[in-house]
Amino acid sequence: MTRKQRRVVFIFSGLAVLGLALGLVLFALSGTITYFRTPSDLAQNPIPTGQRFRLGGLVADGSVKRGQSLDVEFQVTDTIKALPVVYRGVLPDLFREGQGVVAEGRLDPDGRFRADTVLAKHDENYMPPEVAKSLKEKGVKLGPDAVHPAGVTAVEAVKADEKQ
Amino acid sequence: MTVEIGHFALILALLVSLVQTIVPAWGARIGEQRLMAVATPAAIATFVLVLISFLMLAEAYVTSDFSVANVWNNSHSAKPFIYRLSGVWGNHEGSLLLWILILVLFGMAVAVFGGYLPASLKANVLSVQGSVALAFLLFIILTSNPFERLDPAPLEGRGLNPILQDPALALHPPLLYAGYVGFSMAFSFAIAALIEGRTDAAWARWVRPWTLAAWMCLTLGIAIGSWWAYYELGWGGWWFWDPVENASFMPWLAGTALLHSAVVMEKRESLKVWTILLAILTFSLSLMGTFLVRSGVLSSVHAFAVDPERGIFILGIMIFFTGGGLALFAARAGALRQGGLFSPISREGALVLNNVLLATATGTVLIGTLYPLALEAVTGAKISVGAPYFNLTFGPLMVPLLLAMPFGSFLGWKRADLKAAGERLLFAAGIALVGAVIALAVVQRGPWAAPLALALGFWVMAGAVSEILFRARFGQAGSAEVMRRMFNLPRSAWGAAWSHFGVGLMVTGIVATTAWQSEKIVALKPGERAEIAGYTLEFRGVQPGRGPNFSEEIGRLVVSRDGQPVTELLPSKRLYDAPRQPTTEAGIHVALSGDLYAILGDAQSDGGHAIRLYFNPLVRFIWLGAVLMFIGGAFSLSDRRLRVGAPRKARKTAAVAAE
Repeated sequence: MTRKQRRVVFIFSGLAVLGLALGLVLFALSGTITYFRTPSDLAQNPIPTGQRFRLGGLVADGSVKRGQSLDVEFQVTDTIKALPVVYRGVLPDLFREGQGVVAEGRLDPDGRFRADTVLAKHDENYMPPEVAKSLKEKGVKLGPDAVHPAGVTAVEAVKADEKQ
Repeated sequence: MTVEIGHFALILALLVSLVQTIVPAWGARIGEQRLMAVATPAAIATFVLVLISFLMLAEAYVTSDFSVANVWNNSHSAKPFIYRLSGVWGNHEGSLLLWILILVLFGMAVAVFGGYLPASLKANVLSVQGSVALAFLLFIILTSNPFERLDPAPLEGRGLNPILQDPALALHPPLLYAGYVGFSMAFSFAIAALIEGRTDAAWARWVRPWTLAAWMCLTLGIAIGSWWAYYELGWGGWWFWDPVENASFMPWLAGTALLHSAVVMEKRESLKVWTILLAILTFSLSLMGTFLVRSGVLSSVHAFAVDPERGIFILGIMIFFTGGGLALFAARAGALRQGGLFSPISREGALVLNNVLLATATGTVLIGTLYPLALEAVTGAKISVGAPYFNLTFGPLMVPLLLAMPFGSFLGWKRADLKAAGERLLFAAGIALVGAVIALAVVQRGPWAAPLALALGFWVMAGAVSEILFRARFGQAGSAEVMRRMFNLPRSAWGAAWSHFGVGLMVTGIVATTAWQSEKIVALKPGERAEIAGYTLEFRGVQPGRGPNFSEEIGRLVVSRDGQPVTELLPSKRLYDAPRQPTTEAGIHVALSGDLYAILGDAQSDGGHAIRLYFNPLVRFIWLGAVLMFIGGAFSLSDRRLRVGAPRKARKTAAVAAE
């Protein structure tokens, strides 16, 4: 086999693998990406019931309700709007009212967010970055000295929503 | 005072590395021996200076000197000694200092053990190595000074994040950095080769031990990180395709490819251009990993605390070295002489396939990691790419790789017979099939592809065993002869077999855990029972406990199987004193057949506790596989042919003839 033929074989097999990989990448990207929304983003830019996405925001003060069973209910708010979340299982260590969280799951037909994973940051001092960024864009003050969503409890946020 | 010595040593190291960058390269250019010879003492001096600096910081940590801002931020006097020490690299500044320390350690190793290198090559390598050190020393001194003082000094520190107070996390960063930074050696050699305009088999022989050592460290570092995440994060998983994990995984994939292409270059003088490119890309991916983790562009559960200025600085370093390396490559690669011919069906061909698949796999991981960043920059949409993407893209690419792996070892150099190789692997194929059927019969549930994927793991393991047996003439020669031959096999052959066996073992572990993991969430009151995977667990309530710097609530679960007591699981919830932060400690019963894993959740209103249970079958195989890969690497490294410093000119020809 000459150098040229050899090169042709290698180039073609290389291209075949690359083509396969590209196909896989495009297919996977179209099907598996999950969007990130805060509750008010979701109001502006809805996601259909049943599609997976990630919901970020702060756990609204006074909203965490533990049921009889393992179900936990709480509200996630970006201080403009709030969305009720239901979760079954063990919450992360740093899950607390007023703290940033990211929940992954789907909207159920009742308009509640059914989360299958709830993430809080490993470290006390920092928010999940998407949450921090989204809230900053909305003018919510963050950082160690900031007063977290005090005042705007979930209920008020929802009420404000109803008035509009 | 000691702190100021550390700071001063760091600045001196910067100046010395400036000399190390410029003088030897200049000497190599004008052919002046005395200028080139500056490289050796300069590399040693940089190492000694950075070491002094590192020890001074460590001293501040060990003695809890809270007048140093870095110590105040990340340490606490009540921490156990080991975590006061590991706290040095539990933060951005300190870990960067460790990064540089390992970098200059490698540089010094070349200076000391590289006596046999041609003078100009050694000068150029050390000069490139010096420039990397220079860039990072500038970075640490300008943006991340670990020696900043506080006045007045606080009485007590803020403490280290409790989840980092862990033996595995004391080891994980040094190993990971040794891996990242070790690839800088391959990079420096590649750049030096491009500057000199020549490479040969000897070049590959010099590069391989460094790449191999770096690869071994990275393998173990990633495995320890995965093991830590498994027991510490309490999610029952061992790999999450988190961007930060990917950041360390990409250099590993590229480094694995480099390791294999360097074999072709060493034995056959082929694939020179590709190997050099791969060496540049591997280190670039290491730099990118550093950038992604420290710049805060990624949203990850375990990224460092960040500051945009630092991100831009590292981005600059990355662009300079990657861009500069690739530009030099584009300009000079054409000058490199082509090597030997080979047919597509040959050892070389198999290693090319390995490289194509590994490089493509690296590409898919890269796209998955960077796509969210790119999309957000362009459209503002915030998305995340998770495990399903990687399973769909990375997974299928591994199938042909694993299928081809045993074949590769059986193909001869230059031109080979696929059929003959296939016949020698019939035994391995039989084992794989039987294994899959047995697995199907035993488990009888889970996805249909799982037994097939399991067969792939068995195939790779049996293939590795077959290779050793074949080379020892097992079944053809008498047992004494087989033993003698096994003993005389080159260590690199043993190394490859061990590593490949490790890959197979890891695949079986991954498949079994992924396909057949059981998970259960229960609410138990004391005295109540739960069952999972044939085990019965009785909850005996929660008791308070006290550790050196935390208080905890320990749940007790008595485990039995078929009425026989097995063990006790003690999952707990800890509250650390400083910072006051809760953590969850999993209770794990370790067994080769699978781990029983329990997490204690919140107390329920009715007096019970939420408890999350997992059974992770064969999960230990994953880390055991990584350890075998490491051992295989150590075997290869100890091969006389590759031993650092051993291959002198006269011996080299003898060694080649002997093979």
